[in-house]
Amino acid sequence: MKLVTAVLRPHVLDDVRAALVAENISGLTVGEASGHGRQRGHTEVYRGAEYTIDFLPKLRIEIVVDDHDVARVVDAIAGAARTGKIGDGKIWVVPVDDVVRVRTGERGLDAV
Amino acid sequence: MTGEREDMGTIDSGDTAWVLICGALVLLMTPGLACFYAGMVRAKHVLGMFMNNYVAIAVVSVTWVVIGYSIAFDRTLGGLTGRLGMAGLRNAAGGVPGFPHLTIPPLAFMSFQLMFAIITAALLSGAVADRMRLGAYVTFVAVWSVVVYAPLAHWSFSPEGWLAHRGLLDFAGGTVVEICSGASALALALVVGPRRGWPRELMAPHNLPLTLLGAGLLWFGWLGFNAGSALSAGAIAAQAVVNTHLAGVGGLLGWLVVERKITGHATTLGAISGAVAGLVAVTPAAGFVDTLPALLLGAVAGVVSLVAVRLKFRFRYDDSLDVVGVHFAGGVVGTLFVGLFASRGVNPGVGHQGLLLGGGFTQLGIQALGVLAAAVWSFAMSYLIAWFLRAVLAVRVDPGDEVVGLDSTQHAEAAYDLGSSSGVGRFGA
Repeated sequence: MKLVTAVLRPHVLDDVRAALVAENISGLTVGEASGHGRQRGHTEVYRGAEYTIDFLPKLRIEIVVDDHDVARVVDAIAGAARTGKIGDGKIWVVPVDDVVRVRTGERGLDAV
Repeated sequence: MTGEREDMGTIDSGDTAWVLICGALVLLMTPGLACFYAGMVRAKHVLGMFMNNYVAIAVVSVTWVVIGYSIAFDRTLGGLTGRLGMAGLRNAAGGVPGFPHLTIPPLAFMSFQLMFAIITAALLSGAVADRMRLGAYVTFVAVWSVVVYAPLAHWSFSPEGWLAHRGLLDFAGGTVVEICSGASALALALVVGPRRGWPRELMAPHNLPLTLLGAGLLWFGWLGFNAGSALSAGAIAAQAVVNTHLAGVGGLLGWLVVERKITGHATTLGAISGAVAGLVAVTPAAGFVDTLPALLLGAVAGVVSLVAVRLKFRFRYDDSLDVVGVHFAGGVVGTLFVGLFASRGVNPGVGHQGLLLGGGFTQLGIQALGVLAAAVWSFAMSYLIAWFLRAVLAVRVDPGDEVVGLDSTQHAEAAYDLGSSSGVGRFGA
Protein backbone atom coordinates (compact mmCIF):
# COMPACT_ATOMS: atom_id res chain seq x y z
CA MET A 1 0.00 0.00 0.00
CA LYS A 2 1.09 3.52 -0.72
CA LEU A 3 0.10 6.97 0.52
CA VAL A 4 -0.26 9.41 -2.35
CA THR A 5 -0.02 13.04 -1.23
CA ALA A 6 -0.65 15.91 -3.63
CA VAL A 7 -0.31 19.65 -2.95
CA LEU A 8 -2.29 21.45 -5.64
CA ARG A 9 -3.96 24.67 -6.68
CA PRO A 10 -7.28 25.01 -4.78
CA HIS A 11 -9.42 25.46 -7.89
CA VAL A 12 -8.51 22.07 -9.41
CA LEU A 13 -10.23 20.07 -6.65
CA ASP A 14 -13.40 19.27 -8.59
CA ASP A 15 -11.50 18.08 -11.68
CA VAL A 16 -9.11 15.96 -9.60
CA ARG A 17 -11.96 14.36 -7.69
CA ALA A 18 -13.79 13.54 -10.94
CA ALA A 19 -10.60 12.02 -12.41
CA LEU A 20 -10.13 9.85 -9.30
CA VAL A 21 -13.71 8.65 -9.36
CA ALA A 22 -13.19 7.70 -13.01
CA GLU A 23 -10.25 5.54 -11.80
CA ASN A 24 -12.53 3.88 -9.21
CA ILE A 25 -10.86 5.59 -6.27
CA SER A 26 -13.70 5.91 -3.78
CA GLY A 27 -12.28 8.09 -1.04
CA LEU A 28 -9.85 10.90 -0.42
CA THR A 29 -8.96 13.34 2.33
CA VAL A 30 -8.62 17.06 1.58
CA GLY A 31 -7.09 19.76 3.72
CA GLU A 32 -6.27 23.41 3.22
CA ALA A 33 -2.60 24.21 3.12
CA SER A 34 -0.41 27.18 2.31
CA GLY A 35 3.08 27.37 0.95
CA HIS A 36 5.26 28.10 -1.99
CA GLY A 37 7.76 26.33 -4.19
CA ARG A 38 9.36 27.96 -7.19
CA GLN A 39 6.28 30.06 -7.58
CA ARG A 40 6.66 33.54 -6.08
CA GLY A 41 4.01 35.04 -3.81
CA HIS A 42 1.54 37.64 -4.96
CA THR A 43 1.11 41.32 -4.15
CA GLU A 44 -1.54 42.91 -1.96
CA VAL A 45 -2.15 46.64 -1.47
CA TYR A 46 -3.27 48.16 1.84
CA ARG A 47 -3.70 51.94 2.00
CA GLY A 48 -1.31 52.46 -0.87
CA ALA A 49 1.46 50.27 0.58
CA GLU A 50 2.29 47.13 -1.40
CA TYR A 51 3.08 43.87 0.38
CA THR A 52 4.40 40.58 -1.01
CA ILE A 53 2.44 37.60 0.25
CA ASP A 54 4.89 34.66 0.37
CA PHE A 55 2.55 31.80 1.14
CA LEU A 56 -0.18 30.97 -1.30
CA PRO A 57 -3.32 29.00 -0.59
CA LYS A 58 -3.00 25.35 -1.64
CA LEU A 59 -4.91 22.11 -1.19
CA ARG A 60 -3.40 18.94 0.21
CA ILE A 61 -5.03 15.70 -1.00
CA GLU A 62 -4.21 12.35 0.58
CA ILE A 63 -5.19 8.90 -0.72
CA VAL A 64 -4.09 5.41 0.37
CA VAL A 65 -4.04 2.99 -2.59
CA ASP A 66 -3.00 -0.51 -3.58
CA ASP A 67 0.53 -0.65 -5.04
CA HIS A 68 -0.90 -1.63 -8.44
CA ASP A 69 -3.02 1.54 -8.63
CA VAL A 70 -0.30 4.04 -7.78
CA ALA A 71 0.77 4.90 -11.32
CA ARG A 72 -2.82 5.35 -12.56
CA VAL A 73 -3.77 7.50 -9.59
CA VAL A 74 -0.73 9.73 -9.87
CA ASP A 75 -1.33 10.20 -13.59
CA ALA A 76 -5.00 10.98 -12.99
CA ILE A 77 -4.19 13.64 -10.39
CA ALA A 78 -1.41 15.20 -12.44
CA GLY A 79 -3.55 15.22 -15.58
CA ALA A 80 -6.46 16.92 -13.88
CA ALA A 81 -4.37 19.43 -11.94
CA ARG A 82 -2.00 20.58 -14.66
CA THR A 83 -2.30 24.14 -15.99
CA GLY A 84 1.28 24.27 -17.29
CA LYS A 85 2.15 27.35 -15.25
CA ILE A 86 4.54 27.59 -12.30
CA GLY A 87 2.64 26.78 -9.12
CA ASP A 88 0.77 23.65 -10.23
CA GLY A 89 2.12 21.78 -7.20
CA LYS A 90 3.67 18.41 -6.39
CA ILE A 91 2.68 14.78 -5.85
CA TRP A 92 4.68 12.31 -3.79
CA VAL A 93 4.27 8.68 -2.80
CA VAL A 94 5.40 6.91 0.39
CA PRO A 95 4.90 3.32 1.64
CA VAL A 96 2.23 2.54 4.23
CA ASP A 97 2.66 -0.21 6.84
CA ASP A 98 -0.95 -0.85 7.77
CA VAL A 99 -4.49 0.54 7.51
CA VAL A 100 -7.44 -0.06 9.84
CA ARG A 101 -11.10 0.53 8.96
CA VAL A 102 -12.46 1.89 12.25
CA ARG A 103 -16.06 0.68 11.75
CA THR A 104 -15.28 -3.00 11.11
CA GLY A 105 -11.74 -3.50 12.34
CA GLU A 106 -10.62 -4.77 8.87
CA ARG A 107 -6.91 -4.32 8.26
CA GLY A 108 -4.51 -3.91 5.36
CA LEU A 109 -5.76 -3.90 1.78
CA ASP A 110 -9.29 -4.83 2.90
CA ALA A 111 -9.46 -1.52 4.70
CA VAL A 112 -8.35 0.61 1.75
CA MET B 1 -20.67 75.70 17.34
CA THR B 2 -22.75 78.48 15.91
CA GLY B 3 -26.48 78.27 16.45
CA GLU B 4 -28.56 79.98 13.83
CA ARG B 5 -31.44 81.19 15.97
CA GLU B 6 -29.59 83.90 17.80
CA ASP B 7 -32.85 85.65 18.62
CA MET B 8 -34.40 82.80 20.58
CA GLY B 9 -33.57 81.68 24.05
CA THR B 10 -36.52 79.42 24.74
CA ILE B 11 -36.49 75.65 24.35
CA ASP B 12 -37.47 74.55 20.84
CA SER B 13 -38.80 71.00 20.67
CA GLY B 14 -37.63 70.49 17.07
CA ASP B 15 -34.10 71.61 17.89
CA THR B 16 -34.08 69.51 21.04
CA ALA B 17 -35.29 66.36 19.27
CA TRP B 18 -32.66 66.84 16.57
CA VAL B 19 -29.74 67.27 18.95
CA LEU B 20 -30.87 64.35 21.14
CA ILE B 21 -31.03 62.13 18.06
CA CYS B 22 -27.66 63.38 16.87
CA GLY B 23 -26.17 62.46 20.24
CA ALA B 24 -27.33 58.89 19.65
CA LEU B 25 -25.89 58.97 16.12
CA VAL B 26 -22.52 60.11 17.45
CA LEU B 27 -22.56 57.43 20.16
CA LEU B 28 -23.02 54.81 17.43
CA MET B 29 -19.85 56.05 15.75
CA THR B 30 -17.67 54.52 18.48
CA PRO B 31 -18.89 50.93 17.95
CA GLY B 32 -18.58 51.75 14.25
CA LEU B 33 -15.00 52.85 14.81
CA ALA B 34 -14.39 49.65 16.78
CA CYS B 35 -15.49 47.57 13.76
CA PHE B 36 -13.50 49.80 11.40
CA TYR B 37 -10.34 49.30 13.46
CA ALA B 38 -10.92 45.67 14.49
CA GLY B 39 -11.17 44.51 10.89
CA MET B 40 -7.75 46.05 10.22
CA VAL B 41 -5.87 44.23 12.98
CA ARG B 42 -4.84 40.59 12.93
CA ALA B 43 -7.32 37.94 14.05
CA LYS B 44 -5.58 37.38 17.40
CA HIS B 45 -6.02 41.01 18.52
CA VAL B 46 -9.63 41.67 17.50
CA LEU B 47 -11.21 41.66 20.95
CA GLY B 48 -8.40 43.79 22.36
CA MET B 49 -9.36 46.46 19.84
CA PHE B 50 -13.07 46.21 20.59
CA MET B 51 -12.29 46.44 24.29
CA ASN B 52 -10.26 49.64 23.90
CA ASN B 53 -13.19 51.28 22.14
CA TYR B 54 -15.98 50.14 24.43
CA VAL B 55 -13.97 50.90 27.54
CA ALA B 56 -13.40 54.43 26.20
CA ILE B 57 -17.18 54.89 26.17
CA ALA B 58 -17.33 54.00 29.84
CA VAL B 59 -14.23 55.82 31.11
CA VAL B 60 -14.80 59.10 29.28
CA SER B 61 -18.48 59.16 30.26
CA VAL B 62 -17.40 59.16 33.89
CA THR B 63 -14.61 61.73 33.57
CA TRP B 64 -16.83 63.97 31.43
CA VAL B 65 -19.72 64.26 33.89
CA VAL B 66 -17.41 64.39 36.92
CA ILE B 67 -15.13 67.18 35.67
CA GLY B 68 -14.47 67.25 31.91
CA TYR B 69 -17.67 69.03 30.93
CA SER B 70 -17.04 71.75 33.49
CA ILE B 71 -13.50 72.34 32.24
CA ALA B 72 -14.79 72.53 28.69
CA PHE B 73 -17.94 74.62 29.10
CA ASP B 74 -18.12 76.40 32.46
CA ARG B 75 -17.35 80.14 32.65
CA THR B 76 -13.84 80.77 31.43
CA LEU B 77 -10.64 81.45 33.32
CA GLY B 78 -8.75 83.73 30.95
CA GLY B 79 -9.94 81.83 27.88
CA LEU B 80 -7.74 78.87 28.80
CA THR B 81 -10.03 76.64 30.80
CA GLY B 82 -13.52 76.48 32.19
CA ARG B 83 -14.02 76.74 35.94
CA LEU B 84 -15.08 73.84 38.12
CA GLY B 85 -18.53 75.17 38.98
CA MET B 86 -20.23 72.48 36.90
CA ALA B 87 -18.17 69.56 38.23
CA GLY B 88 -20.42 66.56 38.75
CA LEU B 89 -22.91 68.47 36.54
CA ARG B 90 -23.79 70.80 39.40
CA ASN B 91 -25.67 73.80 37.93
CA ALA B 92 -25.25 72.24 34.49
CA ALA B 93 -28.98 72.23 33.73
CA GLY B 94 -29.20 75.99 34.21
CA GLY B 95 -27.46 77.04 31.01
CA VAL B 96 -24.22 76.92 29.04
CA PRO B 97 -21.96 79.97 29.50
CA GLY B 98 -21.35 81.69 26.15
CA PHE B 99 -24.55 80.27 24.64
CA PRO B 100 -27.23 82.76 25.75
CA HIS B 101 -29.59 81.86 22.93
CA LEU B 102 -29.46 78.09 23.24
CA THR B 103 -32.81 76.57 22.19
CA ILE B 104 -32.13 73.11 23.61
CA PRO B 105 -31.87 71.97 27.25
CA PRO B 106 -28.28 72.35 28.47
CA LEU B 107 -28.23 68.65 29.37
CA ALA B 108 -28.97 67.78 25.73
CA PHE B 109 -25.93 69.87 24.81
CA MET B 110 -23.86 68.23 27.55
CA SER B 111 -24.68 64.68 26.41
CA PHE B 112 -24.14 65.56 22.73
CA GLN B 113 -20.70 66.88 23.65
CA LEU B 114 -20.00 63.79 25.76
CA MET B 115 -20.25 61.63 22.64
CA PHE B 116 -17.56 63.79 20.99
CA ALA B 117 -15.22 63.33 23.94
CA ILE B 118 -15.78 59.56 23.77
CA ILE B 119 -14.99 59.05 20.12
CA THR B 120 -11.95 61.33 20.22
CA ALA B 121 -10.51 59.13 22.96
CA ALA B 122 -11.49 55.93 21.15
CA LEU B 123 -9.65 57.11 18.03
CA LEU B 124 -6.36 56.89 19.94
CA SER B 125 -6.67 53.11 20.18
CA GLY B 126 -5.83 52.80 16.48
CA ALA B 127 -2.32 54.15 17.00
CA VAL B 128 -1.39 51.65 19.72
CA ALA B 129 -3.23 48.59 18.38
CA ASP B 130 -2.07 45.09 19.34
CA ARG B 131 0.37 46.01 22.12
CA MET B 132 -0.82 48.44 24.81
CA ARG B 133 -1.90 47.10 28.19
CA LEU B 134 -5.57 47.72 28.90
CA GLY B 135 -4.85 49.20 32.32
CA ALA B 136 -2.31 51.64 30.90
CA TYR B 137 -4.67 52.60 28.07
CA VAL B 138 -7.55 53.21 30.46
CA THR B 139 -5.35 55.33 32.71
CA PHE B 140 -4.08 57.33 29.77
CA VAL B 141 -7.56 57.95 28.37
CA ALA B 142 -8.94 58.99 31.75
CA VAL B 143 -6.17 61.53 32.37
CA TRP B 144 -6.04 62.67 28.75
CA SER B 145 -9.80 63.31 28.53
CA VAL B 146 -9.54 65.75 31.47
CA VAL B 147 -6.11 67.30 30.91
CA VAL B 148 -5.86 67.45 27.10
CA TYR B 149 -9.29 67.13 25.51
CA ALA B 150 -11.44 69.20 27.87
CA PRO B 151 -9.26 72.35 27.81
CA LEU B 152 -8.95 72.17 24.02
CA ALA B 153 -12.72 71.81 23.75
CA HIS B 154 -12.94 74.95 25.86
CA TRP B 155 -10.58 76.86 23.56
CA SER B 156 -12.46 76.00 20.36
CA PHE B 157 -16.02 75.06 21.27
CA SER B 158 -16.86 77.40 24.15
CA PRO B 159 -17.45 80.91 22.77
CA GLU B 160 -15.49 82.11 25.81
CA GLY B 161 -12.41 80.05 24.88
CA TRP B 162 -9.42 81.96 23.52
CA LEU B 163 -9.45 80.41 20.04
CA ALA B 164 -13.19 80.79 19.53
CA HIS B 165 -12.96 84.32 20.93
CA ARG B 166 -10.37 85.18 18.28
CA GLY B 167 -12.77 83.98 15.63
CA LEU B 168 -11.64 80.40 14.98
CA LEU B 169 -14.28 78.62 12.92
CA ASP B 170 -14.43 74.98 13.94
CA PHE B 171 -17.91 73.72 13.27
CA ALA B 172 -17.74 70.22 14.74
CA GLY B 173 -14.18 69.60 15.85
CA GLY B 174 -11.47 69.85 13.20
CA THR B 175 -9.18 71.01 15.98
CA VAL B 176 -10.84 69.48 19.05
CA VAL B 177 -11.53 66.04 17.60
CA GLU B 178 -9.42 65.45 14.49
CA ILE B 179 -6.15 67.33 15.04
CA CYS B 180 -6.30 66.50 18.73
CA SER B 181 -6.77 62.76 18.19
CA GLY B 182 -4.16 62.67 15.43
CA ALA B 183 -1.46 64.57 17.31
CA SER B 184 -2.17 62.73 20.56
CA ALA B 185 -2.08 59.40 18.72
CA LEU B 186 1.34 60.23 17.30
CA ALA B 187 2.69 61.04 20.76
CA LEU B 188 1.23 57.86 22.21
CA ALA B 189 2.57 55.69 19.39
CA LEU B 190 6.06 57.19 19.83
CA VAL B 191 6.13 56.54 23.57
CA VAL B 192 4.62 53.04 23.42
CA GLY B 193 6.81 52.01 20.49
CA PRO B 194 6.10 49.90 17.41
CA ARG B 195 4.45 46.49 17.24
CA ARG B 196 6.92 43.60 17.36
CA GLY B 197 8.07 42.89 13.84
CA TRP B 198 6.88 46.20 12.38
CA PRO B 199 7.49 47.21 9.62
CA ARG B 200 9.30 44.05 8.43
CA GLU B 201 6.32 41.73 8.87
CA LEU B 202 3.10 42.05 6.94
CA MET B 203 0.32 42.98 9.35
CA ALA B 204 -2.55 42.84 6.93
CA PRO B 205 -6.19 43.45 7.87
CA HIS B 206 -7.82 40.18 8.88
CA ASN B 207 -11.42 41.09 8.00
CA LEU B 208 -12.03 43.92 5.56
CA PRO B 209 -15.81 43.39 5.42
CA LEU B 210 -15.90 44.25 9.14
CA THR B 211 -13.86 47.38 8.41
CA LEU B 212 -16.16 48.35 5.56
CA LEU B 213 -19.23 47.89 7.74
CA GLY B 214 -17.64 49.99 10.47
CA ALA B 215 -16.85 52.75 8.00
CA GLY B 216 -20.48 52.72 6.89
CA LEU B 217 -21.58 53.21 10.50
CA LEU B 218 -19.10 56.06 10.85
CA TRP B 219 -20.43 57.74 7.71
CA PHE B 220 -24.01 57.38 9.00
CA GLY B 221 -23.14 58.75 12.43
CA TRP B 222 -21.08 61.58 10.98
CA LEU B 223 -24.23 63.22 9.63
CA GLY B 224 -25.31 63.64 13.24
CA PHE B 225 -21.83 64.59 14.39
CA ASN B 226 -21.63 67.54 12.01
CA ALA B 227 -25.24 68.54 11.49
CA GLY B 228 -26.02 68.21 15.18
CA SER B 229 -23.30 70.77 15.82
CA ALA B 230 -25.65 73.38 14.39
CA LEU B 231 -27.46 72.88 17.73
CA SER B 232 -30.69 73.53 15.85
CA ALA B 233 -32.79 71.79 13.23
CA GLY B 234 -32.67 74.36 10.47
CA ALA B 235 -30.91 75.55 7.34
CA ILE B 236 -27.38 75.25 8.75
CA ALA B 237 -27.99 71.69 9.85
CA ALA B 238 -29.29 70.85 6.39
CA GLN B 239 -26.24 72.42 4.76
CA ALA B 240 -24.02 70.48 7.15
CA VAL B 241 -25.68 67.19 6.18
CA VAL B 242 -25.20 67.93 2.47
CA ASN B 243 -21.59 69.02 2.96
CA THR B 244 -20.70 66.08 5.16
CA HIS B 245 -22.07 63.54 2.76
CA LEU B 246 -20.46 65.10 -0.30
CA ALA B 247 -17.08 65.38 1.37
CA GLY B 248 -17.22 61.65 2.11
CA VAL B 249 -18.07 61.07 -1.55
CA GLY B 250 -15.23 63.31 -2.70
CA GLY B 251 -12.75 61.57 -0.44
CA LEU B 252 -13.75 58.12 -1.68
CA LEU B 253 -13.35 59.13 -5.31
CA GLY B 254 -10.15 61.12 -4.76
CA TRP B 255 -8.35 58.27 -3.01
CA LEU B 256 -9.47 55.63 -5.53
CA VAL B 257 -8.44 57.58 -8.60
CA VAL B 258 -4.95 58.34 -7.30
CA GLU B 259 -4.44 54.88 -5.78
CA ARG B 260 -5.38 53.26 -9.08
CA LYS B 261 -2.79 55.43 -10.82
CA ILE B 262 -0.03 54.66 -8.31
CA THR B 263 -0.51 50.95 -7.59
CA GLY B 264 -2.66 49.78 -10.49
CA HIS B 265 -5.47 48.66 -8.18
CA ALA B 266 -8.55 50.29 -6.71
CA THR B 267 -8.94 48.78 -3.23
CA THR B 268 -11.97 48.67 -0.94
CA LEU B 269 -9.87 49.73 2.05
CA GLY B 270 -8.68 52.67 -0.03
CA ALA B 271 -12.21 53.65 -1.00
CA ILE B 272 -13.41 53.72 2.57
CA SER B 273 -10.23 55.31 3.94
CA GLY B 274 -10.70 58.12 1.44
CA ALA B 275 -14.32 58.53 2.51
CA VAL B 276 -13.31 58.76 6.17
CA ALA B 277 -10.58 61.28 5.29
CA GLY B 278 -13.19 63.40 3.51
CA LEU B 279 -15.55 63.17 6.48
CA VAL B 280 -12.72 64.16 8.82
CA ALA B 281 -11.83 67.17 6.71
CA VAL B 282 -15.38 68.48 6.44
CA THR B 283 -15.86 68.31 10.21
CA PRO B 284 -14.61 71.86 10.90
CA ALA B 285 -16.19 73.15 7.68
CA ALA B 286 -19.62 71.51 7.50
CA GLY B 287 -21.69 74.52 8.60
CA PHE B 288 -19.49 77.25 7.16
CA VAL B 289 -18.91 76.45 3.48
CA ASP B 290 -21.07 75.91 0.42
CA THR B 291 -21.82 72.56 -1.22
CA LEU B 292 -19.26 72.41 -4.04
CA PRO B 293 -16.34 73.55 -1.89
CA ALA B 294 -17.25 70.70 0.48
CA LEU B 295 -17.06 68.18 -2.36
CA LEU B 296 -13.70 69.64 -3.41
CA LEU B 297 -12.49 69.54 0.21
CA GLY B 298 -13.34 65.84 0.44
CA ALA B 299 -11.42 65.02 -2.72
CA VAL B 300 -8.37 67.00 -1.59
CA ALA B 301 -8.44 65.30 1.81
CA GLY B 302 -8.69 61.86 0.20
CA VAL B 303 -5.57 62.46 -1.85
CA VAL B 304 -3.65 64.13 0.99
CA SER B 305 -4.43 61.22 3.32
CA LEU B 306 -3.27 58.67 0.76
CA VAL B 307 0.10 60.42 0.77
CA ALA B 308 0.12 61.01 4.54
CA VAL B 309 -0.45 57.37 5.51
CA ARG B 310 2.86 56.49 3.85
CA LEU B 311 4.84 58.89 6.03
CA LYS B 312 4.98 56.41 8.91
CA PHE B 313 7.21 54.15 6.86
CA ARG B 314 9.59 56.99 6.11
CA PHE B 315 9.74 58.36 9.65
CA ARG B 316 9.42 54.98 11.36
CA TYR B 317 6.57 55.50 13.79
CA ASP B 318 4.07 52.68 14.06
CA ASP B 319 0.79 54.59 13.90
CA SER B 320 -0.76 51.20 13.32
CA LEU B 321 -4.14 52.12 11.84
CA ASP B 322 -3.22 55.58 10.47
CA VAL B 323 -4.81 57.91 13.00
CA VAL B 324 -2.17 60.49 12.05
CA GLY B 325 -2.42 59.95 8.30
CA VAL B 326 -6.20 60.17 8.24
CA HIS B 327 -7.32 62.28 11.22
CA PHE B 328 -4.41 64.65 11.71
CA ALA B 329 -3.87 65.24 8.01
CA GLY B 330 -7.60 65.53 7.29
CA GLY B 331 -8.15 67.79 10.29
CA VAL B 332 -5.41 70.19 9.20
CA VAL B 333 -6.65 70.30 5.61
CA GLY B 334 -10.25 70.89 6.68
CA THR B 335 -9.50 73.53 9.32
CA LEU B 336 -7.36 75.54 6.89
CA PHE B 337 -9.89 75.06 4.11
CA VAL B 338 -12.46 76.97 6.19
CA GLY B 339 -10.14 79.96 5.86
CA LEU B 340 -10.45 79.71 2.08
CA PHE B 341 -14.18 79.10 1.65
CA ALA B 342 -15.99 80.30 4.81
CA SER B 343 -19.16 82.02 3.65
CA ARG B 344 -21.39 84.46 5.48
CA GLY B 345 -24.13 83.47 3.07
CA VAL B 346 -24.05 79.95 4.46
CA ASN B 347 -23.69 80.94 8.10
CA PRO B 348 -24.14 84.47 9.53
CA GLY B 349 -21.80 83.43 12.35
CA VAL B 350 -18.83 83.64 9.94
CA GLY B 351 -16.74 86.66 10.96
CA HIS B 352 -14.56 87.03 7.87
CA GLN B 353 -15.29 85.67 4.41
CA GLY B 354 -12.79 83.07 3.24
CA LEU B 355 -9.74 84.08 1.19
CA LEU B 356 -11.17 82.76 -2.07
CA LEU B 357 -14.47 84.55 -1.44
CA GLY B 358 -12.70 87.90 -1.24
CA GLY B 359 -12.31 88.12 2.53
CA GLY B 360 -8.52 88.34 2.56
CA PHE B 361 -6.15 86.39 4.76
CA THR B 362 -7.70 87.21 8.14
CA GLN B 363 -9.75 84.04 8.59
CA LEU B 364 -7.04 81.81 7.12
CA GLY B 365 -4.59 83.25 9.65
CA ILE B 366 -6.92 82.51 12.54
CA GLN B 367 -7.48 78.98 11.24
CA ALA B 368 -3.71 78.41 11.00
CA LEU B 369 -3.35 79.60 14.58
CA GLY B 370 -6.01 77.09 15.61
CA VAL B 371 -4.23 74.26 13.80
CA LEU B 372 -0.92 75.13 15.42
CA ALA B 373 -2.34 75.54 18.91
CA ALA B 374 -4.33 72.30 18.77
CA ALA B 375 -1.43 70.31 17.32
CA VAL B 376 1.23 71.55 19.74
CA TRP B 377 -1.01 71.31 22.80
CA SER B 378 -2.28 67.81 21.99
CA PHE B 379 1.08 66.38 21.02
CA ALA B 380 3.09 67.87 23.87
CA MET B 381 0.61 67.12 26.63
CA SER B 382 -0.10 63.60 25.39
CA TYR B 383 3.60 62.88 25.11
CA LEU B 384 4.10 64.09 28.66
CA ILE B 385 1.28 61.97 30.07
CA ALA B 386 2.34 58.87 28.15
CA TRP B 387 5.99 59.36 29.11
CA PHE B 388 5.05 59.69 32.78
CA LEU B 389 2.88 56.58 32.60
CA ARG B 390 5.70 54.62 31.01
CA ALA B 391 7.95 55.66 33.87
CA VAL B 392 5.62 54.38 36.59
CA LEU B 393 3.88 51.36 35.04
CA ALA B 394 4.11 48.88 32.19
CA VAL B 395 2.43 50.33 29.11
CA ARG B 396 3.01 47.30 26.89
CA VAL B 397 1.85 43.72 27.26
CA ASP B 398 4.41 40.96 27.68
CA PRO B 399 6.42 40.40 24.47
CA GLY B 400 5.24 36.78 24.42
CA ASP B 401 1.62 37.79 24.89
CA GLU B 402 1.92 40.20 22.00
CA VAL B 403 2.97 37.34 19.74
CA VAL B 404 0.25 34.99 20.95
CA GLY B 405 -2.39 37.72 20.78
CA LEU B 406 -4.24 40.07 23.11
CA ASP B 407 -7.49 38.15 22.86
CA SER B 408 -6.37 34.94 24.54
CA THR B 409 -3.65 36.38 26.81
CA GLN B 410 -5.35 39.58 28.05
CA HIS B 411 -9.03 38.79 27.79
CA ALA B 412 -9.19 34.97 27.96
CA GLU B 413 -11.46 34.87 24.92
CA ALA B 414 -11.27 34.14 21.20
CA ALA B 415 -12.87 36.39 18.58
CA TYR B 416 -13.47 33.57 16.12
CA ASP B 417 -13.99 29.90 16.87
CA LEU B 418 -14.72 28.45 13.46
CA GLY B 419 -12.58 25.31 13.19
CA SER B 420 -14.06 21.83 13.23
CA SER B 421 -12.50 21.15 16.62
CA SER B 422 -13.86 24.38 18.10
CA GLY B 423 -15.83 24.30 21.32
CA VAL B 424 -13.92 21.27 22.59
CA GLY B 425 -13.00 21.62 26.25
CA ARG B 426 -14.13 21.02 29.81
CA PHE B 427 -15.74 23.21 32.46
CA GLY B 428 -13.35 24.37 35.16
CA ALA B 429 -9.79 25.63 35.04
